[in-house]
Amino acid sequence: MPFKRKDLLGIRDLEVHEIEHILEVAFSLKEINTRAIKKVPTLRGKTVIHLFYEPSTRTRTSFDIAAKRLSADTYSVTASTSSIVKGETTLDTLKNLEAMKPDIFIIRHSASGTLQRLAQHTTASVVNAGDGMHEHPSQALLDMMTIKEHKNRLDGLTVLIVGDITHSRVARSNIWGLTKMGARVVVCGPATLIPPRLEAMGASVSLHLREVIPEADVIMMLRLQTERQQQMLLPSLREYAIYYGLDAEKLKKAKNDVLIMHPGPINRGVEISPEVADGPHSVILDQVTNGVAVRMALLYLLAQRQ
Amino acid sequence: MERETAANLLFRNARIIDPAQGLDGRADVLVLDGRLTEIGAHLQISADWQAEVPEIDLGGKWIVPGLLDMHVHLREPGEEYKETIATGTASATGGGFVAVACMPNTHPVNDCAAVTEFIIERARAQGSCRVFPVGAISRGLAGESLAEFGELREAGAVAVSDDGRAVLNSLLMRRALEYARAFDLPVISHAEDLNLSRGGLMNEGSVSTMLGLRGIPNAAEEVMVARDLLLAELTHSRLHIAHVSTAGSVQLIRQAKQRGIAVTAETAPQYFTLTEDDLATFDTVYKVNPPLRSSGDVEAIKLGLADGTIDAIATDHAPHSTLEKDTEFEFAANGMIGLESAVPLILSLIREGVLSPLEAIAKLTCNPATILGLPLGAMLPRMPADLTILDPEETYVLDCSTFRSKSRNCPFHGKNMQGRVLMTLAEGRVAFTRMTDKGLTQTNTHTSRKP
Repeated sequence: MPFKRKDLLGIRDLEVHEIEHILEVAFSLKEINTRAIKKVPTLRGKTVIHLFYEPSTRTRTSFDIAAKRLSADTYSVTASTSSIVKGETTLDTLKNLEAMKPDIFIIRHSASGTLQRLAQHTTASVVNAGDGMHEHPSQALLDMMTIKEHKNRLDGLTVLIVGDITHSRVARSNIWGLTKMGARVVVCGPATLIPPRLEAMGASVSLHLREVIPEADVIMMLRLQTERQQQMLLPSLREYAIYYGLDAEKLKKAKNDVLIMHPGPINRGVEISPEVADGPHSVILDQVTNGVAVRMALLYLLAQRQ
Repeated sequence: MERETAANLLFRNARIIDPAQGLDGRADVLVLDGRLTEIGAHLQISADWQAEVPEIDLGGKWIVPGLLDMHVHLREPGEEYKETIATGTASATGGGFVAVACMPNTHPVNDCAAVTEFIIERARAQGSCRVFPVGAISRGLAGESLAEFGELREAGAVAVSDDGRAVLNSLLMRRALEYARAFDLPVISHAEDLNLSRGGLMNEGSVSTMLGLRGIPNAAEEVMVARDLLLAELTHSRLHIAHVSTAGSVQLIRQAKQRGIAVTAETAPQYFTLTEDDLATFDTVYKVNPPLRSSGDVEAIKLGLADGTIDAIATDHAPHSTLEKDTEFEFAANGMIGLESAVPLILSLIREGVLSPLEAIAKLTCNPATILGLPLGAMLPRMPADLTILDPEETYVLDCSTFRSKSRNCPFHGKNMQGRVLMTLAEGRVAFTRMTDKGLTQTNTHTSRKP
């Protein structure tokens, strides 16, 4: 089945059948990553440019490995090493790179909505690797893949997303994706970190982690940026850990087969205790493994369009 | 730039709508030597004038007192690449306005007589219509000390405001209200609690949550509206609330008026036409401060206009170039131009039954004139003719490439419109026209003004 889109900008735009298709392709490509020779010729002759305006280790490496295992040529442009620091606008940077005839841009930017704008100005495919607080679609896809891998379904599950929802593009993409796929999403965090009218996105809200833990089939912990304290959003990391951090004691109330997830990077001892992060319910490193497969699937499907 | 000569025109079969005099009816209007000479049925011209006075049969199209926009940004001095006094006033007359009040957030700030005088002089020399400067409340708009209101008034300022920035310090706002009384200057409040709105890019609500854009709650405006109403009550001073955008502000102002507080208020067409839903594609043309609110707020603004809580409609014309607008949503400047799209949007309130024609025109003429204490907004005989002629029915697609403004940040470009300005007579001169003495021109040419 051909993938009709030029770009992957967000999960909100995707139809259920498209998400299912991406996940199917990701599951089928995953096996390549376990071979002795981890390379197939699928994207030979294709050029992929990573354009990152925000720091990233996991996402950029994961996209880069995915592209290289499909035999694409990849180039990386980051904010600190390019003419971005000389004051060139994002659009000028994109147009200059566009003039070198790449096939796919993978872009991360700190401002929400930037990718929507840039994608209109290039005939190459644009993949959103995270824009501001808006969306991080490849993360949500790898999260859904990981849940499906362990639970064999998404439909009917209760997924609890805990932490700083307001500033989280991971939370937004997961809320769109999981609710489309029939899961029930509950978000939990202090009211200062829950955006207004979240129910309009299809999620319900709790301010009390202990109360909602027993319902969860999956608990997704979000990273807490330590600067939130300075923004009058939290009194202290200590108190945050007490009420909203996931530790072994709170986990006792959870279902026996609960999955613990985290998009990384982890603040050990703040939102998640080391024994939970490294414990038997944790699938955090499976998420990272599946990230490569999902990104291979996205690059493969977008390249197919041409 | 050469001035147009004083107009001689006889309009036949016009619908005259002059809320200052409670007039709404059919008549002819005679303008001789730039003066409004006569309004009446079947006017006759004396033989010695006949050859020089073209007759235009309006067939029921409207003549209203020349419109006044009490809230614009002309950007000169300092940001002439966005707009100048020449282009901003040309835009004004192109939109049917014969006078504008311009806000002081220029570079340098209009916080002293020298800048006020510069604006007035430049408008006289190059402007298409009159310009009434609004002086700053605080020196440099810094919110720390009062500007010299007396000197500003003598130089020609008609009000004071720190528009674009709120006066955060409640004591300074109290002192401004008190001190302005001696000079009979209304204090115009840009009501925004800058702590509550900090980092905000759009209205706070379900749309900001979905788009991942930081929100500005209604309370950021309403907290300051409430404070300023209390300070106006305390000081017995004249307060005017600029660009009202929320249901709560309308309710606070309504209650204050009932209590007898000397408050007036304006809103802008975007706040009764557009909503936060228009931001769904991250189009920066919709980024404005205060932000586009919810449909519930839009309904409340309309009710506030209908019951008189909101006295005036101003455009908050805020020109920006592509440098400010063609960028990431987060970094884009706030503001939209409005002078050349206001009339059709306001006429739509009449079609919707929100306002009668008399009420709608009052909010663009006599009401703002009264607030600013200007001798404008009425069709008085023997005075230099300030008239706006418009066709309330004409439908067309708005094309902002035809605008006389220097900037193009208009959210209504490409939208279907109904109602159009045909001619603007400012101080007895044809400052804008889409008509010839034979009737309507086919194209939007600006025959009267050669920049």
